[in-house]
Amino acid sequence: MNMELSRRQFVKGASAGMVSTTLGALGFGGIEAALAASIRPYKLSGVTETRNTCTYCSVACGIIMYSKGDLAKGEQADIIHIEGDADHPTNRGTLCPKGAALLDMVHAQTRTKYPQIRKPGSDKFERVSWEVALDRIARLMKDDRDKNFIAKSADGVTVNRWLTTGFLAASATTNETAWATYKVVRSAGMLAFDNQARV
Amino acid sequence: MFPPLPNPPVQPMPAKFGEQDLVRRSASNVAPPARQLTQMAKLIDTSKCIGCKACQAACLEWNDLREEVGFNHGVLDNPLDLTPSSLTVMRFSEWINPETQNLEWLIRKDGCMHCADPGCLKACPAPGAIVQYSNGIVDFDHDKCIGCGYCIKGCPFNIPRISKVDNKAYKCTLCSDRVAVGQGPACAKACPTQAIVFGTKEEMKQHAEDRIKDLKSRGFVNAGLYDPPGVGGTHVMYVLHHADKPEIYANLPKDPRISPIVEVWKGVTKYAGMVAIGAFAAVGFLHHLISGPNRVSDEDEQNAERLTGGGS
Amino acid sequence: MTNSWTDIKNTDLVVIMGGNAAEAHPCGFKWVTEAKANRGARLIVIDPRFTRSASVADVYAPIRQGTDIAFLLGVIKYCIDNDKVQWDYTKSFTNAPYIVKEGFAFQDGLFTGYDEARRDYNRSTWEYELGPDGYVVVDATLQNPRCVWNLLKQHVSIYTPEMVERICGTPKDKFLKVAQMISETSSPTRTMTSMYALGWTQHSKGSQNIRAMAMLQLILGNIGVRGGGMNALRGHSNIQGLTDIGLMSNLIPGYLTIPTEKEATFNAYMSTRGFKPLRPDQMSYWQNYKKFFVSFLKSMWGDAATAENDFAYDYLPKLDVPGYDVLRAFDMMHQGKLNGYFCQGFNPLLSFPNRKKVTSALSKLKFLVVMDPLQTETARFWENHGDHNDVETSKIQTEVIELPTTCFAEDTGSLVNSGRWLQWHWAGGTPPGEAKHDTWIMAQIYMRLKALYQKEGGAVPEPIVNLSWSYKDPNEPSPDELAKELNGAALEDITDPNDPTKVLIAKGKQLPGFAAMRDDGKTNGACWIYSGSYTEAGNQMARRDNSDQDETGAFSKWAWSWPANRRILYNRASADINGKAWDPSRKLIEWDGTKWSGYDVPDIAPGAKPGVVGPFIMNPEGTARLFTRGMMRDGPFPAHYEPFESPVVNVTAPKVRGNPAARVFRGDMEQFGNAKEFPFAATSYRLTEHFHFWTKHAQINASLQPEFFVEISEQLAKEKNIQSGAWVRVWSQRGSVKAKAVVTKRIVPLTCDGKTVHIVGIPLHWGFTGAARKGFGPNSLTPYVGDANIETPEYKAFLVDIEPIAGPVA
Repeated sequence: MNMELSRRQFVKGASAGMVSTTLGALGFGGIEAALAASIRPYKLSGVTETRNTCTYCSVACGIIMYSKGDLAKGEQADIIHIEGDADHPTNRGTLCPKGAALLDMVHAQTRTKYPQIRKPGSDKFERVSWEVALDRIARLMKDDRDKNFIAKSADGVTVNRWLTTGFLAASATTNETAWATYKVVRSAGMLAFDNQARV
Repeated sequence: MFPPLPNPPVQPMPAKFGEQDLVRRSASNVAPPARQLTQMAKLIDTSKCIGCKACQAACLEWNDLREEVGFNHGVLDNPLDLTPSSLTVMRFSEWINPETQNLEWLIRKDGCMHCADPGCLKACPAPGAIVQYSNGIVDFDHDKCIGCGYCIKGCPFNIPRISKVDNKAYKCTLCSDRVAVGQGPACAKACPTQAIVFGTKEEMKQHAEDRIKDLKSRGFVNAGLYDPPGVGGTHVMYVLHHADKPEIYANLPKDPRISPIVEVWKGVTKYAGMVAIGAFAAVGFLHHLISGPNRVSDEDEQNAERLTGGGS
Repeated sequence: MTNSWTDIKNTDLVVIMGGNAAEAHPCGFKWVTEAKANRGARLIVIDPRFTRSASVADVYAPIRQGTDIAFLLGVIKYCIDNDKVQWDYTKSFTNAPYIVKEGFAFQDGLFTGYDEARRDYNRSTWEYELGPDGYVVVDATLQNPRCVWNLLKQHVSIYTPEMVERICGTPKDKFLKVAQMISETSSPTRTMTSMYALGWTQHSKGSQNIRAMAMLQLILGNIGVRGGGMNALRGHSNIQGLTDIGLMSNLIPGYLTIPTEKEATFNAYMSTRGFKPLRPDQMSYWQNYKKFFVSFLKSMWGDAATAENDFAYDYLPKLDVPGYDVLRAFDMMHQGKLNGYFCQGFNPLLSFPNRKKVTSALSKLKFLVVMDPLQTETARFWENHGDHNDVETSKIQTEVIELPTTCFAEDTGSLVNSGRWLQWHWAGGTPPGEAKHDTWIMAQIYMRLKALYQKEGGAVPEPIVNLSWSYKDPNEPSPDELAKELNGAALEDITDPNDPTKVLIAKGKQLPGFAAMRDDGKTNGACWIYSGSYTEAGNQMARRDNSDQDETGAFSKWAWSWPANRRILYNRASADINGKAWDPSRKLIEWDGTKWSGYDVPDIAPGAKPGVVGPFIMNPEGTARLFTRGMMRDGPFPAHYEPFESPVVNVTAPKVRGNPAARVFRGDMEQFGNAKEFPFAATSYRLTEHFHFWTKHAQINASLQPEFFVEISEQLAKEKNIQSGAWVRVWSQRGSVKAKAVVTKRIVPLTCDGKTVHIVGIPLHWGFTGAARKGFGPNSLTPYVGDANIETPEYKAFLVDIEPIAGPVA
């Protein structure tokens, strides 16, 4: 979505009323001035804004991610700050201690960055290419499915189930990822399929 | 709902205040500014605070500061105290109300109060290391800080902390960089329950009135605003359910004043010489002209007079 | 949530029980603060611990974990005894006047039909009396002793304030204060909202905890109204969506269900899903089931799903057990019956109960694939981390493949919040290293599997090779393509049934909503409740108009909510029998003589006459159920059962341990501890500084709450000579952990059935990866047993012992 367009839309909405009081108080008659030495240079000048939703709980607070570089334009985009979106009806710009620190999740030192395989009995992961990892997964799946697939029950009913491999789906992926996952898992006949709804 | 703080702009814009709005400068003189900015303030409502530490997180994130991963000390507070990185911390007190026998979990966000009469600034011997703007913000200029720690001694709330890395003093800036582009502080923007709100000091006082009325309807007969006159009032104020007992909120001083500053003045003499002292007194005089009567204690004033040879 | 976060501002009374919204959902809790500040609403918190929610409550009442049903049935009894019932609502909108069959009874803690050997009930007596017309017999006067109302009255009669105090440990005066405040919302112009979360679900009778409150809300007339409702505060950002889309063993998107092997044919399957109305003139909306099911099958298998092959019904796997939930899956794994396992953004090593069993189960896998943006403990379950993961690495033969995925900041799509709003978001950051979108990864796995089957053949390849996968780039379906599939489209021209020449929806167009779905294969649509989210008018989930007419809190133009952009479920019940708002100041929808209209999309056909069609259209009764017939495994009414590990016996039925219908696997019963060996009542929970096991990877959060601890009362600390901030060991029948002790006034010992009960609080968030200090979680200790209906593990109530120890050598 075009950020500028959405911005204008909000100004027409309720948020215009919401922000007036404090902003008005901060207007100082248009006197322009250089920053004082004590004041830190404002860090968001000229950066790109992208609207997103907090990844943690189901309040689903609106957030704005500020990045150097614009991903939508195909550029390398480095997120430098994340803040609550004041236009969002639920959180009105606020964030909890988790949401206020989202930046540290995005840039966590312990993010996964490369496919890795740990061989049976080994004490370490070894970096592999995506090709190697994905080919291996497909092979393991097919071998297990072919060996253990139950096409018919003892009573001769077509049951087409595969019980020896299971899939635990996520809780923070999008609906679209969920649907793609559903298709792949169910078409393979898996029934040991679950998500985090219980925990 | 109190009007939420707006989203920060990304288009370049001029700063709304700066050098020309200084009303005081440590150990030096400033000319009276041509304009008077609206007095701003942050109001912290302890009765709405849920102790979530969003303010702590937002403060670290916005200011590009990170706290080291510490330990649990048998309480939920972490870090245990303010540090050069943690410019604000939540302080948790478990208090049994003697009248109801009910437990009350009193949670207070601690940090710089932005006093109208800043003890830190008065104590600071380094010219221009601590400044005050006419909107009420008291800010540190780290390039000028000499790391002497007198600001801590001068502070009635024990707020600034000296960094072991660069030997400079740090405290909350009231997000002067955000306020300069028409924003509110990061903590106030983040606060989930609007226990922290930001606006003009008058607006904050009015909002506090409403909150106090609500608290009184819930049986908190001593609910009130904490805006201590001993330091000329503050630009960070609290709504307390028990305003008659601020000390139960993790030792919030009942009647904060700038401590007798004889030693501080001696320090000033030692480090910055008499020129600075003269400037300091001049700042006091200017403040008198701009903001009305100075509320530094009589004793402090006498000390100042004696040391400066009756300057003001 | 039946309502939404922003609707909470309309309430008069907030009851937080079975949750801790201030701590777990601070920005949603804002609306509680608003209701308090602007409406003078009151907040009640009922919890074993004085929580952050309690810190801003008007009334706090302590309760022993696992006794919520006794408390809630006590409140229902109080309301009945004091005539604090919204009678018009209860009589017209619930099944209170319905007559129950002869033979149904409850005695010694058991309903009729219990089979101890199977730990299950024969539920045949839990049914209505049907008249010769096939409809339920009713007694509008509520005089018949077998009407639901009188059975309920009888059922709750034992839960006196004294009994509540004896079971729950809640002082009688506190209980009465709470009951009195709640009962006042029986007025049509006062309402209450119930905010709950895992504090109710994570019990062996979790579903019944929620039912007990739902029943109370019904007799108070608080369902369907602004500021009311049953508000489940979902934990994760899209757990609502994942559940809606049916990523569970027995589900099909939109809460349809996977067939069992008894349903050998399409017709056999549909025959049990007819949902004939149980009262005259009722909508019984599930009568449309077939349209939704066929549209789903068309989305799965496209042209391969034809009327001739029953829309590829055979391709769907058929269940032989009620479901392969995670407890069953890990039990099978533990028995060596599972070879492969995928964890997509999930950390079961720390999330599931009885970690020793989970570790042993994972070690028996042939292969484990972990897709995650963070380095999880599960992906490293084979690594030795001393005390924190003491395994013999070389003996673990599992092959582990870890795949790096993008996180929220790097992907685009929709998430469903707790209030059922589908909100679109946009990617804004470049993924680190070689991290990839989950959609890309799933597509890559699928394309490879398909290619292998095409090349080599193998076991029943058809469901895989015929899967509908016609994306522009089959290697990475776009979020928009997938979202459109969820909404559904016309596969042929859809014509007006009365005028076949009139095309209502042209072939290829997106459906405007689920009402357009067809059971003849002319439409697809993966998830009927999402139909309307991505129409010819565009992506409705991306709408960002935050205006709110008359400030009702509905925000109907912001994003899109299921179903049909309805913001408050059962909103027909906000108006009286004649269609006028119960509370004119809280008007939602009203009948204007010809149709329903108002601030929300009516939860009823717009022309459905009041007094004829009941408000609960999904139920064949048209009313809400105080008595659930045979729909729940453990009883048509909730009843008090102790946790499987409890410090006291069930005073209402001393012979019954735990929930008699809860499933317990072989070997797990033996691992339950008793109060003699493990005297303290433990509970697990989240802290506001952290989110599960994720934020320990975020430096700021790690610094805000750096180290694992347990919380105990000053009294227990004194008894055990434990110093605050010093080390303790806590152990159960299943494991042992070391932690710092936080000694606090916020936990106090309770007196239950004359016995002092000490509570040990164990927060969740530590492990052996990330930025925080290494620690243990509660799940080294928790029991391997779940709720009788949905198998949510009993994380909230178990037994431990505790002792002071010397700290580990640094």
